[in-house]
Amino acid sequence: MSKYVPIPSNRMLLERDVGKEPVLETHHLGIDFGGLTAVDDFEMTIGQTEIAGLIGPNGAGKTTVFNLLTKVYHPTRGTILLNGKETTGMDTAAINRAGIARTFQNIRLFGAQTVEDNVKIGLHMHMKTNIWSDIFRLPSYWREEKKAKESARELLSIFDMQDLAKHQAGSLPYGAQRRLEIVRALATKPCLLLLDEPAAGMNPSETAELMDVIRKIRDNFHIAVLLIEHDMNLVMGICEGIVVLNYGKIIAKGTPEEIQSNPVVIEAYLGKKEEA
Amino acid sequence: MKKWKNLSSKTRSDFLTYTMVIVAFIVLRVLSAFGMLSNSLTGLLVPLCAYIIMAVSLNLTVGVLGELSLGHAGFMSVGAFSGVIACAGMESFIPNPILRLVIAVVIGGILAGITGFLIGIPVLRLRGDYLAIVTLAFGEIIKNIINCLYIGIDGSGLHFSLISSADLALENGRVVINGPVGAVGVQKLSTFTFGFVLVMLTLIVVLNLKRSRTGRAIMAVRDNRIAAESVGISITKYKMIAFITSAVMAGAAGVLFAMNYTSLTSSKFDFNQSILILVFVVLGGLGNIRGSIIATVILYLLPEILRPIQDYRMLIYSIVLIVVMLTTNSEKAKLFIEKQKAKLKEKKEKGGAKGE
Repeated sequence: MSKYVPIPSNRMLLERDVGKEPVLETHHLGIDFGGLTAVDDFEMTIGQTEIAGLIGPNGAGKTTVFNLLTKVYHPTRGTILLNGKETTGMDTAAINRAGIARTFQNIRLFGAQTVEDNVKIGLHMHMKTNIWSDIFRLPSYWREEKKAKESARELLSIFDMQDLAKHQAGSLPYGAQRRLEIVRALATKPCLLLLDEPAAGMNPSETAELMDVIRKIRDNFHIAVLLIEHDMNLVMGICEGIVVLNYGKIIAKGTPEEIQSNPVVIEAYLGKKEEA
Repeated sequence: MKKWKNLSSKTRSDFLTYTMVIVAFIVLRVLSAFGMLSNSLTGLLVPLCAYIIMAVSLNLTVGVLGELSLGHAGFMSVGAFSGVIACAGMESFIPNPILRLVIAVVIGGILAGITGFLIGIPVLRLRGDYLAIVTLAFGEIIKNIINCLYIGIDGSGLHFSLISSADLALENGRVVINGPVGAVGVQKLSTFTFGFVLVMLTLIVVLNLKRSRTGRAIMAVRDNRIAAESVGISITKYKMIAFITSAVMAGAAGVLFAMNYTSLTSSKFDFNQSILILVFVVLGGLGNIRGSIIATVILYLLPEILRPIQDYRMLIYSIVLIVVMLTTNSEKAKLFIEKQKAKLKEKKEKGGAKGE
């Protein structure tokens, strides 16, 4: 496993990612809802091939961070740099085109469509047809549809789901729906994948498999992953860097070993040692 | 047969829709050739085609895009009156009536599309009930604008006025649109065959659109806005595409409809008309194109078929509406239909096994 080393600007990066532009960098990121500060002074750097974790008790603001990064909410303060470029003024769709794809805590699939169509919708920005070729079925329509079908099957094979291609997405079991969301996000060809509780509702063997797949995704697609998860086995098992959030503020940062032995984290997140 | 089985279920369903329309057309043609259609029924065929196009195009907005629009007759109205004007304007230099009708349909469609775009800018910022109410208002605005529009034509071209027909100052010309009296002296150019061709074109546009990248994006916006945005789909763009496409087809239907009568008032395209079309769509099933066609045919022809029992026909019409709405929304009825379907499938499979 690669070690963390300090980079200029007083941040840490994995040794193997040093010298390359970090995929994500946030500066003093924060948002207020009315008088309530949901997230404040959120600082994070993610290297190009890093698997990072974002943990914290319920209501700590983890999903809010995801919504800030994808511009579902527009930050009150601070900046987000994606591959070194500012994202000010971009909307959710533009953020996705710039390279961030995500899944949702409460699954948001296109339930009435087939599994394959869900992935094809993910491929939307990478299909080169327009409304005229779509309506009149010009050669480009057939070419792009065929390509999309092949890519969809290939992406589904990451989770061995190619046999489910013709099934209705909404009728799949919970775990499969979560996996399909990951496939759909990957279809948009991101450089940073945000996973919001990917293992929720999965049994231990499914979770173990998911861990392998997340690593495989990182290695095969050469992308960074940031995940929110309550399953500590998963977080400690695959994350290289972890940020702990409580009441909207970062209370600790570091490798899994550092986080596990950090008394502040243990107190805030797991409860006091004596009580446990 | 094997090839048929290899096609995806969606393609098969589309094919069935096309076949149904073509067969219906041929049957009606044959019947009328043998003089087996009553005069009143023959007179209903062109409007029927126009209503089918209206229902299919409204289904694109309500069923596929998932936004309730209550002003669809407004687009029909824009198409109808611009078509009438275009036809009158072309009379002097395009003698071929079919060519004139085709050009009028194109112009009517384009103008309705432009109206759709303009209306879409404020409307598509809204959602749900609010969007429905604003479209309703726009339908009324269009109706009232045409209601006080005076247009005439003479040797020097078209004359416009919002005051009176005398204000047009025509020299040896004629009035095409006479305010509240509406369009007068319209040439009857529409034919059933032309209507059929337009229906087929509409079907091709809507069905192909549904099964394509654009259509999937539209349905993604309908099913889950946030998820659609998260995969890079621009909500406004695809809402606009669906809305304008729908308006263009309504405009074309309007031209077809208008060219079937000698005179036409703008009050024909009021709120009731929009609701009537919405009833066709809802009854046929949201997003179900074939359903829209079947519902339109049944509901449009029902009052005519029931003419012998004149006194009760509106009563029966209403009862049919209520019964269909109740059965399509009841769990028990759905279960019953599913069971029948499963049985049918089983029988088919048995038959298939024997055959092999």
